Amino acid sequence: MSDRRLLQIKQMSAHPGPIAGGEPGREVQRNYDVCKLVDTTTCIGCKACEVACVEWNDMPFAATTFDNTYQTMPETRWNFWNLIKFNEHQREDGTIQWLMRKDQCMHCADPGCLDACPADGAIVQYTNGIVDFQQENCIGCEFCVSGCPFNIPRFNQTTKKVYKCTLCSDRVGQGLEPACIKACPTGCLKFGSKDDMKFIAEERSKQLREHFGYDKAGVYDPQSIGGTHVIYVLHDATDPERYGGLPKNPTIPWSYKIWKWLAKPVLGTFALFGLLGVGLHYVMVGPRRPQPDPNEEGAHGQRS
Amino acid sequence: MGSAVERFDSGARKGFDSIGRNEVFPGELLRHPVYTRFLHWMVALFFFLALFSGFGIYLPWLFRWFTPIFGGGALSREMHPWFGLAFVIFFGLQTLNWIVPMRWTPADSRWMKNIRGVISGSEKLEPPETGFFNAGQKMQFWEIVVGCIVYLITGIILWIGADTFGRWTVAASYVLHDISALIMLGGIFIHVYLSTIGEPGTFQAMTRGAVSEAWAWTFHPAWFKEVTGRDPRQSYEEARNRMKAERK
Repeated sequence: MSDRRLLQIKQMSAHPGPIAGGEPGREVQRNYDVCKLVDTTTCIGCKACEVACVEWNDMPFAATTFDNTYQTMPETRWNFWNLIKFNEHQREDGTIQWLMRKDQCMHCADPGCLDACPADGAIVQYTNGIVDFQQENCIGCEFCVSGCPFNIPRFNQTTKKVYKCTLCSDRVGQGLEPACIKACPTGCLKFGSKDDMKFIAEERSKQLREHFGYDKAGVYDPQSIGGTHVIYVLHDATDPERYGGLPKNPTIPWSYKIWKWLAKPVLGTFALFGLLGVGLHYVMVGPRRPQPDPNEEGAHGQRS
Repeated sequence: MGSAVERFDSGARKGFDSIGRNEVFPGELLRHPVYTRFLHWMVALFFFLALFSGFGIYLPWLFRWFTPIFGGGALSREMHPWFGLAFVIFFGLQTLNWIVPMRWTPADSRWMKNIRGVISGSEKLEPPETGFFNAGQKMQFWEIVVGCIVYLITGIILWIGADTFGRWTVAASYVLHDISALIMLGGIFIHVYLSTIGEPGTFQAMTRGAVSEAWAWTFHPAWFKEVTGRDPRQSYEEARNRMKAERK
């Protein structure tokens, strides 16, 4: 079933004017904000999602790196968008807690990559919340890398383009769940509307707090970037950093928020004043000629 | 150090004079030798290449029509740093070439106080102490020197990227890079205007290298005195009287 409502563009990087839309039937039916829920408390680190991601997206082989952990490689790569991060956390009583977190693009409601991107249409956000890179428009400047609070966009030195998780926008556009969700054997990955996932996540956190002794269990949906379309249930929501560098308060550099919008009028002002200044000087004051100026001396002669 | 720079510059000037030539007609003075002109036009070429390839990255919604000139957005991005590097290198050589005449003097400070007269056109003749470059030219020159340093530092940070320098450094560099470019863009309008229609007789200094004596005693009297040994004001008066006599 093709459901085009799920992939209407909401905003676009460096794009002039509003996004074209308004086709019949738009906004008539319920608009979905899609969301992926990752319950780190039931993840068993089987890496089926990693395999499913590579398989579905038809990625070339990525060599793994062994660094004395169970992690496939230290960081995600341009051709490896979904990585289970393994972290050992020592509790206060000295016992070890093994944390596994599925690391991928968070599909922020307020995407820093999109703000930073200077290429028209290289990054788009659909109305359902998916943030997608359009490699054919990418100019390879890597500004998105500096805009992203989660260190997700990956540059390919050969193609000079940047890649990341698409939340399987190709599958979602056809009414299917992302590949990683389909592969998960424990049900720690869920996919649905943001409201539904938020509800399930809150219920699960409550369960963890009340019945499993995780007093600080909670949902990771950082509001500093307007929330994300990938949310986590964490054993300890007060310290997301321990899950392999999940920032507590992800932020976007102010320059991408302010300067991007200031830059246009500032350039206009500079160009306008520069051109107007010299143009008006020429017609009002006139050029400075080497002296004595034959024209001027002649004029004086006639006048006297 | 100073003498090494001088040796390098005089060697380069001599070398370029043997390749190219100056066209100085009677009643004219040589202003810019071949080496200076070569550097100037290399700087200009790479400045505009960097500017136009940068426009498409700066504001694609306005300047996207620039990018096809460079083979698309990706190639603009790929070539922009190289254009910029060439610009900085050639301007660096120009800086060595001009470091002596560009030194700021008390006369320049006096010139700046009188800048309104220059802009309004009431000062037909430059004050007799104005040398090879006037204070306005020196200000623009030093602005570009500072701009080049900003370009180089922020440009390398943007070129290599956030993986090495961190995302906040890149985000800040991008703003500084833009501001430096905007200031230089504002200056380039004034530079192009004054060197063409704003002060007629100037442009030939950068093509065949020569300017008329009248141009020299009007705009750079101290330099005129230095190369001809004649008094600029007196030469002007003589020319004026000659012109009046011819009219009668």
